[in-house]
Amino acid sequence: MKVDYIKEEKLLILRITEEIDHHSCEKIKKRADYEIEVHIPKKVIFDFNNVNFMDSSGIGMIIGRYKLVSLFGGKTSLINVKPSIKKIFEMSGILKLIQIEEEIGGTEFEKCI
Amino acid sequence: MKNVYKNQMRLEFSSKSTNENFARIAVAAFATQLDPSLEEIADIKTAVSEAVTNCIIHGYENEEGIIKIECKLFANSIEIEISDNGKGIEDIEKARQALYTSKSNLERSGMGFTIMESFMDELRVESVVGIGTKVTMKKMIKANEVVTENEIKL
Ligand SMILES: Nc1ncnc2c1ncn2[C@@H]1O[C@H](COP(=O)(O)OP(=O)(O)OP(=O)(O)O)[C@@H](O)[C@H]1O
Ligand SMILES: [Mg+2]
Repeated sequence: MKVDYIKEEKLLILRITEEIDHHSCEKIKKRADYEIEVHIPKKVIFDFNNVNFMDSSGIGMIIGRYKLVSLFGGKTSLINVKPSIKKIFEMSGILKLIQIEEEIGGTEFEKCI
Repeated sequence: MKNVYKNQMRLEFSSKSTNENFARIAVAAFATQLDPSLEEIADIKTAVSEAVTNCIIHGYENEEGIIKIECKLFANSIEIEISDNGKGIEDIEKARQALYTSKSNLERSGMGFTIMESFMDELRVESVVGIGTKVTMKKMIKANEVVTENEIKL
């Protein structure tokens, strides 16, 4: 996982760079929770650009992080989700709580490239 | 003669989470013989991952065990059987319901069976408490013949 933190905006970007299954989830959860607890971000974006596979383990993983971020009053969203993975998120109903954003907008975007 | 299969394979492996990736890739590689679309391959990989993960987490509850996969290729479909000799399921109907999970403490979402059902064309679940669980899935692979013909003309 690659991590970017934009201090001025309290924005944490977690870029997942592997397939998401039960095996890989444990590591991703640990790292994500650590970054969230260290930064207490206002917003967390999970970047799925490099995720080519996800099973139901990913739903539980995202809901778990959403709960943690919400505990600190922050928001959670997803970007660059491929259609095959979007299908799984849609089925689970979690998109009512967690949005898929088309891209990171404005200043946030400029700062993270 | 509908139930005559063209090819078959069997796999047996330990119930270790590292094998989730191995299992879905092995089945997908076998399925390529039917010339499936990328979407069909993705569906098969996801369904296999769900069933194998269930054997590891629920069947064996992370203890040592053996998971078996049997695949059969028919003219235009693949049948995949995934089984464990684990704990078994008491109430299959309840287990198959969307959002039902017996392990919410492990951040499971209860979507595994729902995903298998919607990504595959058939799903059968058989289970005996204390003996084990067997999931049988079938997926139709749509023929890409029209495309191939055009390609040959070009
Ligand atoms: N191989 C198995 N052995 C024993 N119990 C099983 C097995 N597979 C499924 N179950 C039971 O069926 C329930 C539903 O399974 P399902 O895959 O739909 O959800 P889950 O595994 O709990 O969550 P998710 O797959 O979304 O992470 C499980 O919680 C478990 O109680
Ligand atoms: Mg499951």
